[in-house]
Amino acid sequence: MNNTMVIRDAEKKDLDAVIKIDAEISIDVYGEVVEKTAYWREIFSYYVLREKDKRLFLVAELDGEVAGFIVGEARAWEFGSPLCGWVFAVEVSPGKRTKGAGQRLFKEICGRLRRLGVSTIRTMVDIDNKVTLSFYRSQGMRTGRNIELEMQI
Amino acid sequence: MKLNKASLFALIAVLELASDPKQQISTTDIAEKYGISTHHLAKVMRNLVHHGLVQAVRGVGGGYTFSGNLKRTTLLDVIQIFENLESVLDMPNHFVTEGGPIIAELQSITNEIDNLTKVVLETITLETALKSAMLRHPPGSGASGKS
Repeated sequence: MNNTMVIRDAEKKDLDAVIKIDAEISIDVYGEVVEKTAYWREIFSYYVLREKDKRLFLVAELDGEVAGFIVGEARAWEFGSPLCGWVFAVEVSPGKRTKGAGQRLFKEICGRLRRLGVSTIRTMVDIDNKVTLSFYRSQGMRTGRNIELEMQI
Repeated sequence: MKLNKASLFALIAVLELASDPKQQISTTDIAEKYGISTHHLAKVMRNLVHHGLVQAVRGVGGGYTFSGNLKRTTLLDVIQIFENLESVLDMPNHFVTEGGPIIAELQSITNEIDNLTKVVLETITLETALKSAMLRHPPGSGASGKS
């Protein structure tokens, strides 16, 4: 393996690889894989198969195999915020980490969003997801202007 | 949040040493660079040695070198050697039970703040902090530790 990495737009054929990578890291408290196939199909239909416009779904291909992906889009007035980029997900297969895939994906989506007129990107991460929080921080992200609030109903 | 002096000195020393893991620096040099107490820093360094974050180098030109893991050690790891970040309401001892719900609410709010503080500090590795510091003041820009 020579670790050749390519960052490209996701295609219809990548859906299974995306579902597989997500399953590798979506383990519930009982150690079971969280079933999210329907969710990823819907995301693919919206971000990959339709007119993309300001929606971005990129994959990192490492030696010909999908090693990770990132999803985001440019949106205005979400939560009252002027045009900014939202990154909804970044995932890299645990066996293919530390090769720079996440960093390359993040850099690429930032570049694409910048070309769409975006100067700020935002995301939300579960407070217990220290790996992803640390990743975003290592890329320069900081606590932003929006505070997420929630309650049980 | 106000860090205690030991935590602050530890963060300064660890980040200074980690900025170039090959370098050996004495306590006096670090203290002078940042304008902090050599005596207090010396105590902090002994603790950092004990926790494996720095290593004492003896002999001529001795001092300390960084011996931790740049990618894994977080700011919280360093701070928690010297203090825990749990806020405690400074209530008088004659606390009466009727105040329970209000005190519980105040404690809940301080816990919420503590949790956010901890998550920030726990997700910034030494490497990330140094990278941000370099972006703030690139080498050769004339910035000093006292700025």
